[in-house]
Amino acid sequence: MKTLYDKLWDDHVVEDLGSGDHLVYIDRHFLHEVTSPQAFDGISKKNLKPWRLAANIAIPDHNVPTARGQNFELESIEDEVSKIQIIELDRNCNKFDIPQFDINSEKQGIVHVVGPENGFTLPGMTIVCGDSHTSTHGAFAALSMGIGTSEVEHVLATQCLRIKKLKNFRINLLGCPRDDVTSKDVILYVIRSIGTDGGTGHAIEFSGDYISSLSMESRMTICNMSIEAGAKVGLIAFDKITESYLSDKVQLDKSEYDKALEYWKSLSSDSNAKFDKEIEIDVSKIKPQVSWGTSPEMTSDYDSCVPELDQNSDKYSTYKKAIEYMGLKEREKLSDLTFNKVFVGSCTNSRIEDLRLVAAEIKDKRISESIEEALIVPGSGQVKLQAEKEGLDKIFIEAGFSWRDPGCSMCLGMNEDKLSPGDRCASTSNRNFEGRQGHMGRTHLVSPMMAARIAIHGGIPHE
Amino acid sequence: MSEFKNISGVACILDIDNIDTDQIIPTEYLKSIKKFGFGEFLFDGWRYHDIANINTPTSSRSLNQDFILNQAPFNESKIIITGKNFGCGSSREHAVWALRDFGIETVIAESFGDIFYNNCFKNGVLPIALNQDKLLMVKDHVSNESKLHISLVDKNIVIKNERIAFEVDSGMLDMIITGQDEVDITLSISDKIKSYESNRLKHKPWLN
Repeated sequence: MKTLYDKLWDDHVVEDLGSGDHLVYIDRHFLHEVTSPQAFDGISKKNLKPWRLAANIAIPDHNVPTARGQNFELESIEDEVSKIQIIELDRNCNKFDIPQFDINSEKQGIVHVVGPENGFTLPGMTIVCGDSHTSTHGAFAALSMGIGTSEVEHVLATQCLRIKKLKNFRINLLGCPRDDVTSKDVILYVIRSIGTDGGTGHAIEFSGDYISSLSMESRMTICNMSIEAGAKVGLIAFDKITESYLSDKVQLDKSEYDKALEYWKSLSSDSNAKFDKEIEIDVSKIKPQVSWGTSPEMTSDYDSCVPELDQNSDKYSTYKKAIEYMGLKEREKLSDLTFNKVFVGSCTNSRIEDLRLVAAEIKDKRISESIEEALIVPGSGQVKLQAEKEGLDKIFIEAGFSWRDPGCSMCLGMNEDKLSPGDRCASTSNRNFEGRQGHMGRTHLVSPMMAARIAIHGGIPHE
Repeated sequence: MSEFKNISGVACILDIDNIDTDQIIPTEYLKSIKKFGFGEFLFDGWRYHDIANINTPTSSRSLNQDFILNQAPFNESKIIITGKNFGCGSSREHAVWALRDFGIETVIAESFGDIFYNNCFKNGVLPIALNQDKLLMVKDHVSNESKLHISLVDKNIVIKNERIAFEVDSGMLDMIITGQDEVDITLSISDKIKSYESNRLKHKPWLN
């Protein structure tokens, strides 16, 4: 009796190397401009070529300017160093013949948004990328994980990874949530409950009737942030919703599709499979979540307060540092905070469903006077196109949001979009680390719905 | 990578949990396309008062003298001792390159982020996970002594007359000791990969 993770693992082991090490075959490899140049350089120096070209797909996303319009010239990127990195990806893709959605492709976007919507992410695959949020693709019952640059080089050169098997952890999410609770709130609540190291060394499978009820977009948000709970692998079983999402994205002839579907249907944990760890969470009790600190586990209910410091607690020094950095006071009400920036985007929450949620909240309203900048950055060219088709862009612009071109944007401030020192930002991204969105910037992680409400009210609405 | 069997040197304590890879090296420096030269940016946000900028020469920057790595003898640390979940967050291998380039040969923590942990071994930096009690003993010792000796072959940390054993996978430790290249090792069994591939296409033709 096997878990979903066991099945995916067993299916991809090329060789048992002894003492727990295994050579594991990789079906799909996503590349972006930041973690690939040194890997390409590595294979060049060894005089090697990518093992299987068709496995790879490259997309620039971290560095790209998000106010660039069409027919953008790479030369016009102001930051010289960012420019070099994007040009380097171009050069490497040309040199090694790796397919790329370049900066002007209408399919360009964040790798974890682009992969699934173009059918590059398929159930049962092993998927890697030099980016920790590769866990996103686990929503498709794919064994998917972030890797370092040495591993990127290893995958390019050998189509394999040398890794050890993880333990199995199942999180059962049960019940029906409140109307104002999204899958982002649920995953923040999970992280807050088990801690940012709660899933370390494990592959987390999310299951339960709540998960079954979710769209693929919402499932991706959950798996995306499994890394924030320490698990580099997040998984959700294949079901009818996965099948229907893929139906217009996979281009296979009928006999191949039927064969694939038959296999995909086996991609769930056996009913009596053993997990090393298992917990249950009733999602009906979860309120909208807002992070207050500098680690995703430092998250509270939207209607609560900054925690009180306890000198006897082993968290004292960590909490004290976080409260100071965030410019907060102990026991301060979160609803008393004034925000001046809002960011809707990132591989966590930049899909069409997220944008629709924001549009529904802000329609016919204006952003608060306290908000100096509200960015809304679609995850891909296709998301952008769809949003514009639905007229969402007009709603955003009329409300005072800045409607941008696809990229990672202010999630990590590697491009022009960043916070200034002291800015307080409601962000739909995934990390509230010190300086993550810009030097001395203060990030509060929230759902797209909460980000929209904060944009309108300038703070967390009381009720 | 040179072969080495012992680590001996100054150890500094960073008594904070969950130090993420964004703190170890901020995103700004990920714009570099090189694999070396990150040492001066290690813990950039804590080491300097001014904003991270890859084009600013370090000599012109404002040092935060309160930060331990800016103080002698810790500015020559070879060992970092910290709390739980060190290296969580982003997969950036630049975090390990920054530690290595600064001169850090080992990090001792209660636990590590999974991706960071793997990245360490690829770059000759040894991550040592210790339980709370052992970690406390090491911290106590370092608070008085500031120097530490670690034997890689015996897998222990030497404190006065005591030896604190640590566990680390022998295969992974060997990589650090011998500096072997994993790509070369894997390619030596490329026939196994090829045979897996032909089998794979037979069973999953849609994955072409």
